[in-house]
Amino acid sequence: MTSRRPNDEVVIAPKNTRKAAGDSMAHDSARGHVRGSAVYVDDIPEPKAMLHLAPGYARDHAAGTVTHMDLSAVRAAPGVVAVLTASDIPFVNDCSPALGDDAILSDGDITFHGQVLFVVAAETRKQALNAATLAQIEVDAAAPTISARAGFEQGSLLMPDYTFKRKSDSTGTANAAHQQQGSLTMGGQEHFYLEGQVSMAVPFGDDEMQLYVSSQHPAEIQHIIAQMLGWTNARVMVDCRRMGGAFGGKESQAAQWAALAALVAYKTGRPAKMRLDRDDDMRLTGKRHDFECDWSVSHNDAGVISNVEVDLISRCGASADLSMGINDRAMFHADNAYFYPDVRITTHKVWTNTVSNTAFRGFGGPQGMLFAERMMNDIAFRVGRDPLDVRYDNLYRDGADITPYGMPVTDFTLPDIMQQLEASADYRARVAEIEAFNAKSAFTKKGIALTPVKFGVSFTLKHLNQGAALIHVYADGSVHLSHGGTEMGQGLYTKISQIVASVFGVDARAVRASATRTDKVPNASPTAASSGTDLNGKAAENAALTIRARMARLAASMFNCDNETIIFDGGMVKSGDSEIAFTELAGQAVLNRISLSSTGFYATPKLVWEREKAWGRPFLYFACGAACSEVEIDILTGEMRVTRVDILHDVGNSVNPAIDIGQIEGGFVQGMGWLTTEELVFSDDGKLMTHAPSTYKIPTAYDVPEDFNVALYSSKGNLEDTVHRSRAVGEPPLMLANSVYCAVHHALASLCPGQSPDLSAPTTPEAILDAITKIQAAK
Amino acid sequence: MRSTIEFLRGGKLVKLDGAMPTDTLLDYLRETGSCGTKEGCAEGDCGACTVVLGSLDGDKVTYRPVNSCITFLPVLDGKELITVDDLSVKDGPLHPVQDAMVKHHASQCGFCTPGFVMAIFAQYHGNNADADHEGVVEQIAGNLCRCTGYRPITAAAMEVCARAPDDVFTSRMRDTSALLADISGGPLKMEKGGYMFAAPQSVAELAEVYSQHPGATLVAGATDVGLWVTKKHVDIKQVIYLGRVKELQDITSTDDAITLGAGVTFADAMPHLETYGDDFQAVLSRIGAKQVRAAGTIGGNIANGSPIGDTPPILISLDATITLQKGETTRTIALENFFIDYGSQDIGESEFVASITVPKPAANTHLKCYKISKRHDQDISAVLAAFNITLSGSVISKCRIAFGGMAATPKRALALEAALIGFDVSKFDIQDVPVSKLNQDFQPISDMRASAKYRSQVAGNLIIKALLELQASVAGDAA
Ligand SMILES: Cc1cc2nc3c(=O)[nH]c(=O)nc-3n(C[C@H](O)[C@H](O)[C@H](O)COP(=O)(O)OP(=O)(O)OC[C@H]3O[C@@H](n4cnc5c(N)ncnc54)[C@H](O)[C@@H]3O)c2cc1C
Ligand code: FES
Ligand code: FES
Repeated sequence: MTSRRPNDEVVIAPKNTRKAAGDSMAHDSARGHVRGSAVYVDDIPEPKAMLHLAPGYARDHAAGTVTHMDLSAVRAAPGVVAVLTASDIPFVNDCSPALGDDAILSDGDITFHGQVLFVVAAETRKQALNAATLAQIEVDAAAPTISARAGFEQGSLLMPDYTFKRKSDSTGTANAAHQQQGSLTMGGQEHFYLEGQVSMAVPFGDDEMQLYVSSQHPAEIQHIIAQMLGWTNARVMVDCRRMGGAFGGKESQAAQWAALAALVAYKTGRPAKMRLDRDDDMRLTGKRHDFECDWSVSHNDAGVISNVEVDLISRCGASADLSMGINDRAMFHADNAYFYPDVRITTHKVWTNTVSNTAFRGFGGPQGMLFAERMMNDIAFRVGRDPLDVRYDNLYRDGADITPYGMPVTDFTLPDIMQQLEASADYRARVAEIEAFNAKSAFTKKGIALTPVKFGVSFTLKHLNQGAALIHVYADGSVHLSHGGTEMGQGLYTKISQIVASVFGVDARAVRASATRTDKVPNASPTAASSGTDLNGKAAENAALTIRARMARLAASMFNCDNETIIFDGGMVKSGDSEIAFTELAGQAVLNRISLSSTGFYATPKLVWEREKAWGRPFLYFACGAACSEVEIDILTGEMRVTRVDILHDVGNSVNPAIDIGQIEGGFVQGMGWLTTEELVFSDDGKLMTHAPSTYKIPTAYDVPEDFNVALYSSKGNLEDTVHRSRAVGEPPLMLANSVYCAVHHALASLCPGQSPDLSAPTTPEAILDAITKIQAAK
Repeated sequence: MRSTIEFLRGGKLVKLDGAMPTDTLLDYLRETGSCGTKEGCAEGDCGACTVVLGSLDGDKVTYRPVNSCITFLPVLDGKELITVDDLSVKDGPLHPVQDAMVKHHASQCGFCTPGFVMAIFAQYHGNNADADHEGVVEQIAGNLCRCTGYRPITAAAMEVCARAPDDVFTSRMRDTSALLADISGGPLKMEKGGYMFAAPQSVAELAEVYSQHPGATLVAGATDVGLWVTKKHVDIKQVIYLGRVKELQDITSTDDAITLGAGVTFADAMPHLETYGDDFQAVLSRIGAKQVRAAGTIGGNIANGSPIGDTPPILISLDATITLQKGETTRTIALENFFIDYGSQDIGESEFVASITVPKPAANTHLKCYKISKRHDQDISAVLAAFNITLSGSVISKCRIAFGGMAATPKRALALEAALIGFDVSKFDIQDVPVSKLNQDFQPISDMRASAKYRSQVAGNLIIKALLELQASVAGDAA
């Protein structure tokens, strides 16, 4: 038996064992977080002779061609060791996730403000940052295209339009009593992960490189660096222990900084670290796509929809990045939870002279869904019904359960969730109170909305739906876990440790999840699309099952019983009256020359998706939830406060309820920020004006109502065979915040009965006052 | 004169030689291996770098959270420094604040967490009576978290801050105050290769050192100057620090007026400004957040000449004066005359703001202040409006109205003031409110905080709002 040392988590004494999966155990790094001892890339003790890097770019231009670049002042600045440009890249100058259109260092084209032209390496970070501003860059400037609308009108498209379309014969526009048009402008969103982009490259001899990164996709970084240097992937090792937040912003766009660090390390033979300054981080990395939506909808007197046609116009920025998948996902969610009998959904992907927009929690889903929810409000206000009733009547239902892309909606818990929430949030009574309040109050108006979320889970790029893991059991019974997923705060390591511990019947603290490394698990998909636990959890479970089977055979031979009778539970391995501690059995396995190491693999089943046909089953299942938000607005100033939020969300059988609730709360507040205070402002010449937290405002504690009630739907478990029958929870809750937008819209609607206010998102005081002004002008 | 910085950390005296005047405390910590404290923005806006400074207050030590990213290292002189790395020992039990955070699942990615722990630590050692939801939210308003949505952090803070503090810092409080009393004496001046940091302790010393070094930069809370260093990369060679000049921290009250030393922080000023009504304090409580208010000064808010500082319009509406000093010469001017144009103030070489005098409100005056920003807490105003209105019955007999964010300087709305004399607030049509007078007073600009159109429109609506509120209070008085 292992003896216990203080604070040693290798404690597998039976008494201490809890049922691992399903337990609200603390995040595996919680103690490290609160003590400040959890290590992030910039906290790793720096190797000898470390160089610090800063990106260099033309400070005044968003579009044009460099005619002359004089870097002599940069080179002469104190502490500068190297200044590298595109011509220093030995092989492939690209850090794009797919299409080969993102230069690591531009060789002279400026397509957005902040496009990197050179990298400075200096002895200190301050020296590097100072030197980077000293370049003399002459540019043959072009007129930049900045907004999505302007680009769309100019025909500036990144790639061909894409459409989902369904036309039935009976229903449709002709039979509908009402037809109306609408449009909605919704802003983008900066990730504002608290830990900015950072990578450290350490050369290992002449022909190997090790990278310590903050990235959701270490395998892609490995691939990009190998390709940049003309090396094989096997010579590059990429390590990511944890990120200080990511939210999609470190899916494809962590690569450039890692590549630059690797380039400098390769050229100088010295370790190199690139940590972006916050302003550079915000200027130089992409954001959530802003969208313009134009639609026309036909419906009957009750607001039941017969036909929807919508054009979604998105600002993609100056390269493809992940814009195709993001726009597709906007289309997959433009129905949200509602059946559109006849439908056309088209995306127009606009190329602009702005930083390439990228993944952000929800990946286009929020934009598609917000359109649907705004349209529901419009319909309800025009037909004079409660928006919740219009929502109910349009939900997917028997006989009306096929999405615009051909996937049947099954295991649809949403109607039940909404009804339960309607009751627990006391929706009807509050609507009545609000109406009474608004009738009496001239300058303060209240609004409420209860909105659903139905979110498709799986990567829509089929091959990404795979997970892999590597597990070792050591002779002392401790378990070492590696998997392809990365930890960005979502508690993935903790959940997977719980899953593995459940297989071995040991305490989750006996499982040590180690840094995600490309030399442990190869070719991993990005940790994205809410799929971290679904994919890697299953893979790890499979690895653990392989080892458990071997250990069970050994135990059976020791106990003289059948393999099948062996149980792993409470830190013990048992059959009938025979038992042996798991720790001891591990030791015995080593003595008996039995391998205690295994990989595990998982590929999501059932997925069929042919993009050309726009028909199939792109998702394994849908994750559902609903939120009810109430707001109060000051109609003289446009100031708004969210006063109460109730959420009921279905996570299936939760692997860790506390972590899942954390995802729901955090996702909601992040979505609320997108739709309220967070505003990206670009100048006419293409510079991001809101490039620091002084001007870009994410929610603070004040913005979260004290009356904030989050509950997990009591689920019978996912009907699909997911790990522990859980449902993904990373992204879906963000879209619960659509209820905040709709509540503001509802409050404004009290000013114009029978009409629908023209309200853009985010609903800043200015946007709200603007909507009020338009209402008053129309009177 | 001392040239070594002395401060306490972990119960021990630390002596530091060779610090440069604008080295930041955060860089110092991280470069010397205290990596628990994080950098999220390097501009005072995210709170990830929050540490706590203890200073002697009588025989007690008071703890205030500050943003180490914009705190200059020499400012530590005479203080106790507490960082997240100092709260609990390796392998030992967690500090009660840390423990509550774990228990409530209040960390996800964990990058913001050390900053929250320290902000909450300051409250744990502060006023337990404020540990309700509102108090806790105010305490952590300067800390951004992108993961949790704050609910569990707020819950952890409410739980732990309701308890009387009991940790190593309370148990060694007596020693700490003795040590602090010991090291708190004597002016500091460090010079090296053209760089200088001076911390005079009296106005006379200040006047002298500023006359000797007219090119030096005065630094009070560094909540502006810090950003010149971390964001604009300005190489400031000579710093004169005002935080230890005794007279500049004084607050005196007479029958007619309150006088605040220019070095009084927002946090210290707040409890003394009750007499001007709730609105002034409400605006003060929305300037930055706890960290900024613990360091930032009213003198700095005026002297920086910014058109968007929150206190100048309010102080102008209250007819405040400021006293400037150069050498031994002092002069007093109306605050509104201090602001000449954007980037230009009535202040000479080697001259500094010594104090601000604010007349106490006369009978029947009402101060109405409004701060309009995208976010409630820790945001710069798009518009700040201050109405100081004297009523005779329900008729406006006198008024001083000033706006921030509407012009190149904080500025009075003279045309509006004239138009409002004689206005009866008890009964009026909104159409009769002379909002259009604002067009004579202001031509605001558009920027990332708001458009010119919004600024004009909301400024006009704020006049209506102020008058409606006066109407309600007149009606209330009559009832
Ligand atoms: C995160 C954050 C949030 C903020 N939020 C707000 C806000 O909500 N509202 C707001 O109004 N401001 C805000 N500010 C700005 C800033 O806090 C204030 O302007 C503050 O009053 C500056 O005071 P200080 O003591 O820090 O000044 P410093 O930074 O020390 O000095 C500012 C300027 O004044 C000069 N100076 C200082 N004292 C004197 C003196 N006695 N005589 C002559 N010159 C002097 C300095 O030389 C310098 O030029 C914020 C700043 C930050 C970093
Ligand atoms: S690092 Fe953000 S406040 Fe200091
Ligand atoms: S836990 Fe990630 S920012 Fe707060």
